[in-house]
Amino acid sequence: MSIIQKTATEQLALLRSGEITSVELTQAYLSRINQIEPTVGAFLRVESETALTQAVEVDRRREIGETLGKLAGLPVAIKDILCTKDTPTTCGSKMLQNFVPPYNATVVEKLRSADAIILGRTNMDEFAMGSSTENSAYHPTQNPWDTTRIPGGSSGGAAACISADMAPLSLGTDTGGSIRQPAALCGCVGLKPTYGRVSRYGLIAFASSLDQIGPLARTVEDAALLMEVVAGHDSLDSTSVNTPVPAYSKSVQQPLESLTLGVVNQHFGEGIDPEIEAAVKQAIATYTSLGATIKNIEMPHADYGIATYYIIAPCEASSNLARYDGAHYGYRTDHAEVLAELAEDGSDEGPLVRMYRKTRSEGFGAEVQRRIMLGTYALSEGYYDAFYLKALKVRRLIRQDYDNAFGEVDLIIGPVTANPAFAKGEKTSDPMAMYLEDLYTVTANLAGVAGISLPCGFTESGLPIGLQLQAAPFQEEKLLRAAQMFQNATDFHTRRPELL
Amino acid sequence: MSDAPYEIVVGLEVHVQLKTNTKLFCRCSTKFGRPPNTQTCPVCLGMPGALPVMNKKAYFLGMKTALALHCGIPKFTKWDRKNYFYPDLPKGYQTSQFDLPMSEEGYLDIQSTKDEFEPRRVRIIRAHLEEDAGKSMHDEAAGKGDSRIDLNRTGTPLLEIVSYPDMRSAAEAKVYMQELRLLLTYLDVSDCNMQEGSLRCDANVNLHIPTDHGVIATPIVEIKNMNSFRSVERGIIYEARRQYDVWQETGKVLGELPKQTRGWDDSGQVTRAQREKEESADYRYFPCPDLVPVVVTDEQIEKVRSGIGELPAGLRQRLQSDFGLSTYTAEVIVNQGRALVDYFQELAEACGDHRLAGNWVQGEVLRILNDQEVSIDDFKLTPSQLAEILKLIQAGDLDSSKAKDVFTAMLESGKPAADIVKELGIERVDEGALEDLCRMLIERNQRVVEDVKGGNEKAVGALIGQAKKENPNVNPGQVRQICLDIIKNM
Amino acid sequence: MSLTRQDVEKVALLARLKFDEAELEKITKHMVQIVQYVDKLSELNTEDVEPMAHALDIQNALAEDESRPSLSRNEVLKNAPKHDEEYFLVPAVLGE
Repeated sequence: MSIIQKTATEQLALLRSGEITSVELTQAYLSRINQIEPTVGAFLRVESETALTQAVEVDRRREIGETLGKLAGLPVAIKDILCTKDTPTTCGSKMLQNFVPPYNATVVEKLRSADAIILGRTNMDEFAMGSSTENSAYHPTQNPWDTTRIPGGSSGGAAACISADMAPLSLGTDTGGSIRQPAALCGCVGLKPTYGRVSRYGLIAFASSLDQIGPLARTVEDAALLMEVVAGHDSLDSTSVNTPVPAYSKSVQQPLESLTLGVVNQHFGEGIDPEIEAAVKQAIATYTSLGATIKNIEMPHADYGIATYYIIAPCEASSNLARYDGAHYGYRTDHAEVLAELAEDGSDEGPLVRMYRKTRSEGFGAEVQRRIMLGTYALSEGYYDAFYLKALKVRRLIRQDYDNAFGEVDLIIGPVTANPAFAKGEKTSDPMAMYLEDLYTVTANLAGVAGISLPCGFTESGLPIGLQLQAAPFQEEKLLRAAQMFQNATDFHTRRPELL
Repeated sequence: MSDAPYEIVVGLEVHVQLKTNTKLFCRCSTKFGRPPNTQTCPVCLGMPGALPVMNKKAYFLGMKTALALHCGIPKFTKWDRKNYFYPDLPKGYQTSQFDLPMSEEGYLDIQSTKDEFEPRRVRIIRAHLEEDAGKSMHDEAAGKGDSRIDLNRTGTPLLEIVSYPDMRSAAEAKVYMQELRLLLTYLDVSDCNMQEGSLRCDANVNLHIPTDHGVIATPIVEIKNMNSFRSVERGIIYEARRQYDVWQETGKVLGELPKQTRGWDDSGQVTRAQREKEESADYRYFPCPDLVPVVVTDEQIEKVRSGIGELPAGLRQRLQSDFGLSTYTAEVIVNQGRALVDYFQELAEACGDHRLAGNWVQGEVLRILNDQEVSIDDFKLTPSQLAEILKLIQAGDLDSSKAKDVFTAMLESGKPAADIVKELGIERVDEGALEDLCRMLIERNQRVVEDVKGGNEKAVGALIGQAKKENPNVNPGQVRQICLDIIKNM
Repeated sequence: MSLTRQDVEKVALLARLKFDEAELEKITKHMVQIVQYVDKLSELNTEDVEPMAHALDIQNALAEDESRPSLSRNEVLKNAPKHDEEYFLVPAVLGE
């Protein structure tokens, strides 16, 4: 078995024992990337030079017996939404094509302190808005299981690179399902932490009260490893929580003696793909055989999740993205064109306003513009109460559903998506159809709870199916242990797509 | 005032830059006057991914000010985003407070020392915290070329104090500003410098015009860019007159026009319409998801309240009631700031004569401070040193006309008053010596004795002149009295 | 509550975006569709429900008033589309 087919946990052990060097490991991944990237397109930027430089340095320090960080020598790919000092950080958009942050996101600092090797920057839907990575301003990403299909989004690149063995670990972000859904569609593990568990400082904001950074990996154990490194309080993030980080990687292999899992009645209505339903139900049966108790629960407001999310997220986005106006950084439209346009249409707008409008219309893609428009509308005078305020209230009801559920069960078990990976272009002309992809994932973000996606089967045609477990706030340890129980009893996570 | 054809209605929105070391949401320094764009970071630049963290000191300075203005402090307060596009606002929104501000419903009492208006309690709607924007500088040829943007100031903490439209004249508005400024310096929460922009004022002005059909109100106009107390007063007077003229022409009343914004042009001494920044600015306020609410306890509020110290209004009262100073003197001393009040109190207690102390502080001390442009903290004489001089005056050992010389000399040498008096040779003349001198003069001037005995007391004046020639330090009044007594007893 | 083209044009100005004829038609259509969907929320009675703006219940994240180094001007202006070594440059605002 090639080194890149071992788990991150196994690779770490080999690095520590000296059986492999970081340079060897990094080079192996870079070769794989070289080979397979043209087919998959998971990366926006592969950092071969800096990655090897980092690997050389870690090997040197290990050689002389220095104390090293928790991930020393392990390659990690990061979604191009995490600001990295002196490295172009595009957020999948033309708006930030040449933006080079003068600072690091806190999680990037943590990776560097852990001596991880940063392999490159993965592809994403522009400004994290999308469920297929088709909204990337640069190029799409192909699902490694079927390259005519999408990998999911917005962390499509982060999921595809795990699935195609181009990186052992990756970091993505999840606002309405953007880690969990691509993980499900690509057949890997993806964890969205509790809101506030991981610092958002340096995470280019989409919807501030919903965004979280989280790990993607082949196994639950590997996800736990990365999670332990990135979690923790940050004084630079007012919304990060000051509670200790459990040693996830140490406890993950301890199964849970008594486990009550809740199955939400509202989850299995019309519209769910029968193969997905069957696979998820089979997974539930597996848990029963592992000793878990299954309970049917009600989450009466589950059906209102999408509507609530697609008000709150665009509202916050419309404000968060106002800074992209061509004034201080990022793309700015051509001035001569501004003046020419003004002269032609005889508007009394003035060059500054016209600069703003042209810059933003040229720098943002259609989906981003759509959400900015929705958000601006929903916050505007006369509509605030009916839309934004109303959505905040329904959000409270959704949270109460979760609080009630977790009063009865340990974890909630169910599907991640209603359908497996769809074909490229299938939903691009129908925004609502794309939004409904997030059916099972948005409520966790609205409520702020943790959720994990892990492989639980395949369709007839060989497309991965994901299982979602959700936990009460700050119960990631329980979540990971329960998920690991499933992976110890099954081998879906070991299957690989038939690429080169 | 009652013959004016209109009544001016004024509400003031004052922005106070708080005296913190760092900005409201990041730890960049707030020092004034640094080179452009050298005091910024990803947070105040609004860079992608940067997040705000609230400045604790700013919050408590805001609370202190609000308490001094008799405002209520809600236990729960939150932060909201005010969304609009402008080049000095890098995030495309200003973090401020909308529906749950940190303080509300207070007041500031004002009174006129020139009898320009009756004392008034100006009610305050609210005082809330918000971040400042940067500076944009425009080319002389308006509309041509680029504007230059300096973001050093972005993120500086501001306390916005909004009054009810309770004021009824430009003079009231000016005094409100002066009194507010004085209060802020006593609290030591701001540099309060209108020229530097650490104290800014916008006025909302309209008129109440009595007509045969009742009193009508003109549309409200906001006046910006008044950078001194004087321009606040002049701007309001000009604007009132302008509104009256416009009303006479157009008849438009409150509600018929949207609120207009006009800028005060200090060189032209007029207000000018400012182009609408947005048609009808829809700021789309909503709670800032990056900031969490602030919750305070009664204990915390009391702790801040107890640290406030005496304030101008109370001190003015106390200097009059406890120290017997005149209203005018109390006013002058209090207006100079807490340090001078403290100096006065120490001086008064050291010399025992409060009024004398008051006069000297208001007179000689203040004169030196103004001439030398120093503050009382740098004044060379301690209260106990100055008290020595005053005690000599009180005891009659020093003539007030000579006292000034002693004062000047003491400023230079710092020597004790008694020594200076000796050095200047202006010691009081001993009673006995004085009597001897008088007797001697009386002997020499028999004709004067006869004149006085004959009923002409004024004739004793000649003796005074001679006495002075003999000893310039004699007190004329004493000489006169002693001579007269001696002559009477002859 | 149907969204008209004029509504959309107003929102576009507020959001500093610009659409040509074809785009305006498309975005109006999409917005109508989405707004119709999200209006689903009006089915729910939320009279006594507290709005939930934050995903967690924390307060008082306050920092001490101690200064930290700012970015160098070089770093600040490096990403600026137009500057003169000292200031950011933007097209002048009308009427000032």
